[in-house]
Amino acid sequence: MTKQPNSYRNQPDERGHFGQFGGRYVAETLMPLVLELEREYRAAKADPAFKAQFDDLLEHYVGRPSPLYFAERLTEELGGAEIWFKREELNHTGAHKINNCIGQILLALRMGKTRIIAETGAGQHGVATATVCARFGLPCVIYMGATDVARQQPNVFRMKLLGAEVIPVESGARTLKDAMNEALRDWVANVHDTFYIIGTAAGPHPYPELVRDFQSVIGTEARAQMLKRTGALPDLLVAAVGGGSNAIGLFHPFLDDPDVAMIGVEAAGHGIESGQHAASLTGGFPGILHGNKTYLLQDEDGQITEAHSISAGLDYPGIGPEHSWLHESGRVKYMPITDDEALEAFQLCCRLEGIIPALESAHALAALPKIARDYGKEQRILVNVSGRGDKDIFTVAEHLGAKL
Amino acid sequence: MSDRLSRAFTKGRPALVCFITAGDGDTAANLDALVEGGADVIELGMPFTDPMADGPGIQAANLRSLGKGTTTADVLAIAREFRARHADVPLVLMGYANPMVRRGPEWFAEQAAANGVDGVICVDLGPEEDQDLGPALRAKGVAMIRLATPTTDDTRLPAVLDGAGGFLYYVSVAGITGKQQAALGSIEQAVARLKAHTTLPVAVGFGVRTPEQAQAIARVADGVVVGSALVELVGKYGADAPEHLRALTASLADGIHSARKEPA
Repeated sequence: MTKQPNSYRNQPDERGHFGQFGGRYVAETLMPLVLELEREYRAAKADPAFKAQFDDLLEHYVGRPSPLYFAERLTEELGGAEIWFKREELNHTGAHKINNCIGQILLALRMGKTRIIAETGAGQHGVATATVCARFGLPCVIYMGATDVARQQPNVFRMKLLGAEVIPVESGARTLKDAMNEALRDWVANVHDTFYIIGTAAGPHPYPELVRDFQSVIGTEARAQMLKRTGALPDLLVAAVGGGSNAIGLFHPFLDDPDVAMIGVEAAGHGIESGQHAASLTGGFPGILHGNKTYLLQDEDGQITEAHSISAGLDYPGIGPEHSWLHESGRVKYMPITDDEALEAFQLCCRLEGIIPALESAHALAALPKIARDYGKEQRILVNVSGRGDKDIFTVAEHLGAKL
Repeated sequence: MSDRLSRAFTKGRPALVCFITAGDGDTAANLDALVEGGADVIELGMPFTDPMADGPGIQAANLRSLGKGTTTADVLAIAREFRARHADVPLVLMGYANPMVRRGPEWFAEQAAANGVDGVICVDLGPEEDQDLGPALRAKGVAMIRLATPTTDDTRLPAVLDGAGGFLYYVSVAGITGKQQAALGSIEQAVARLKAHTTLPVAVGFGVRTPEQAQAIARVADGVVVGSALVELVGKYGADAPEHLRALTASLADGIHSARKEPA
């Protein structure tokens, strides 16, 4: 892309394209439904009652606004810019995922759908989906790779407590990508009554747009909170990117503020050179999967390769299409962070701030030691602490050699 | 439009369209068995790691093929060698978008044409994203074969047919491959509805397993597509698959070719 757009906030176009990315690459059976979803979303967006119900649930059910927090000791430790946290981990269900689920279940109800399906990796989106289904009394089926079912037992049990049926997916590498395939297979067979709550800002148009819009509450709040608390916008935003919904939710309201820099952190697993990572932008190429065109981990024949990350929520070989566009346009920089770096940051945040972050969020935190001193002490970096790490303590214990 | 494809649907009888996955088993021998059994059109599946619209049978075939290291070059070689052995039998590639567009649509269209491919079915690339494949294929004279489904309504159908070639593939059930079969009445209605909008032949697939089912559909459609039942034979019998494929194809062909006295 050679020409700078007038605004970074008016994507996608009417066909769901963010530059060359995004779009609607789905089986014909699903296409009429995807088009109907788009019409319904436009109508909902224009309906003050929809927004009122969404806002009310975010306030009283999710517990928004989430706090903006000055991480004083971490700031001192890193010796550079002030570090501020957007505390999405304090939301109901412990992560940003619930924001999107509230929005989508209201759409599902509006469309008269009576059954909900979703995919999940770490289980956070599954738990959030099961939660809203319980709240609104809809049956819920969660597809989860069998590998992830084994490594995320607490979340599996949570989903079951909330009344969801959890179906372990045995195909492929039995992780998030395969769960998404299976959810799509369910959807195509049950189009008449089923709504698919996609957990990240990816999939066929209009999902990347609507998930971003529902998650933009993060950035909208943070923008107002920073102005109120500090009298200025932050100099840099940092967020972890798997599919990228917490990152786009934070970034989007700031995209047209030219003095606000942004870094999306990709999971580099064992390191980019090892080939075992989940960094689609750093190590992938544009391609088509799961309804959209975006950067994907793939071989020269277009076969999708397996991702690896210590964080099950980042363990996916693709990324939301808007991130691919922001990457190519240069508006957002993307940085890889390894498993080991994330583990270090995880522990640092526990010890210095008394906050156990999700391993996903720990990737964002791990970028700070590398960049905090590039900024002056009077400058401010805002990090999205997208989720809490209680779900990850078993994984972390295993890597630290501790027995629980 | 491909002559071979149009001829396959103008033999004065319904056509049998047979699908198997490239690189699964001895594909050349398996394809020959389909032709010997009486297949009128061959659909050669391009294996993909993430076959989202396929049921367990074809998923397993994709994994078997990729597990053996099948590449796009291998798929094209299978097509080329098939064309050398069977000059008149139309061959269609069926698969997912990513392997087809990986080296660019022009490359793929060029290779398809050069290796004797008559048409392409891309499961996850509909009219909305036609720019990624359709123009390149049409420029090379390779038919862009589109799918219509029970959810494709009359307002949408013209978009589906715009740029479509070869035949129209009617997916008779909302679902994945190899599962249940649709009620015959609904298929008959759907085919009539489609034919009111297009002169393309209409072939019906998804869930067709037995000669009896195939014959019943052939009474109301221009062609019948059988995939999972064949692919499962390849999985079950391995090196011995050709004789089983030949037998099933022959009984399917008997049923289909005798379904009607007169062409539609």
